[in-house]
Amino acid sequence: MTAVIETEGLGKRYRKLWALADCTLSIPAGHVVGLVGPNGAGKTTLLSLATGMLAPTTGTIRVLGGRPAAGPAQLARVGYLAQEAPVYAGLSVADHLRLGAHLNPGWDAALARRRIDQLDLDPGRRAGKLSGGQSAQLALTLALGKRPELLILDEPVASLDPLARREFLQDLMETVAEQQVSVVLSSHLISDLERVCDYVIVLVDSRVRVAGPADELLAAHHLLSGPRRDMATLPDGLEVISASHTDRQSTLLVRSGGPVLDPAWAVSEVGLEDLVLAYMKQAAGRGHRQRHLEVQK
Amino acid sequence: MIEFHLDGRSGVAPYMQLIHQVRHALRLGLLREGDQLPTVKDVAAGLAINPNTVLKAYRELEYEGLAAARPGIGTFVTGTLDGGSLAAHGPLRADLRRWMAKARRAGLDDESIEALFLSTFRSASEENIA
Repeated sequence: MTAVIETEGLGKRYRKLWALADCTLSIPAGHVVGLVGPNGAGKTTLLSLATGMLAPTTGTIRVLGGRPAAGPAQLARVGYLAQEAPVYAGLSVADHLRLGAHLNPGWDAALARRRIDQLDLDPGRRAGKLSGGQSAQLALTLALGKRPELLILDEPVASLDPLARREFLQDLMETVAEQQVSVVLSSHLISDLERVCDYVIVLVDSRVRVAGPADELLAAHHLLSGPRRDMATLPDGLEVISASHTDRQSTLLVRSGGPVLDPAWAVSEVGLEDLVLAYMKQAAGRGHRQRHLEVQK
Repeated sequence: MIEFHLDGRSGVAPYMQLIHQVRHALRLGLLREGDQLPTVKDVAAGLAINPNTVLKAYRELEYEGLAAARPGIGTFVTGTLDGGSLAAHGPLRADLRRWMAKARRAGLDDESIEALFLSTFRSASEENIA
């Protein structure tokens, strides 16, 4: 199967600042991909490159095997929901559906109408009068109505209250179960990740820190705790992602190809949230060290 | 039909939680051979979880011989887990109660009892594996 997004050495620079650097990824089809990282990490930049709204400074990106926004055919294959799920405040719900039908060659009018019915949205209501959750659902309806092969969602639930967020994700997962659609969604809320995503990309400080299928990542990482120990004495093949020490105890999150057999460690499984946080912390730690060095110079 | 739920804070992977719930229902007789499990779409939409997670759980149950997929219809229970051992539960429970009373007399509180039981259980299982 073709990769939904394939990048090589992809980078985007604004004047002197690299918003995204050295990004090499190959995301297989059929996943719900979570792109996570703190605000300002470069998530929106990567998604904007994938939709063709930005052109790369370095490297290449291919989406569903084609160049982003290369032409009408490519545009029709990718659905995109921008941050804050924009809708036209002055247009009615029905107007939005008409707009969708006119602008998209593969528009699925039945699907769009069914969703509006299910959501109990009044077709005559102006979008500006909808609640946050309703307008997000309307925007999702437009993105789904074009029947894309790839759906790109930039922070789709960040501004929604918990109930609207759950309803939005329920609808999204129902769609994924029904249709052959791959999804890439960015979020700085990692609590929903474990439910929704089966592929994870952690982006911090404009760089990809780790990427892969969630279950493979979870199987390759372990949480170790045991008597305090010098990090230099760890066996080969253990990559320490995060470490904390008390005077007696060391707690490590490590990446390892095989099982950790040393009986001195109590080994436990890692949740996705802890894993993502450990990579974010690791990146933040590096950043501090770098800044520190610059000050010393 | 059973309904799944997820504990987001348990630290147990969602697909494992689904498997546990099916096994639990089988043990207690809430699910019997021939019963249909909720469809992948219904579970995904109901819990807001990735459909692949549900598929993974169902595949694992198939592998264990507890369920089978009928293409286009759904997944059905094909095995049982009470395994005739239900009769043994009573005496074993009585033994455990006696042991717990002994632990209390020795001054252990609930948490200590649970910790002791779990650590013994784990080390015994590990010995069995080794």
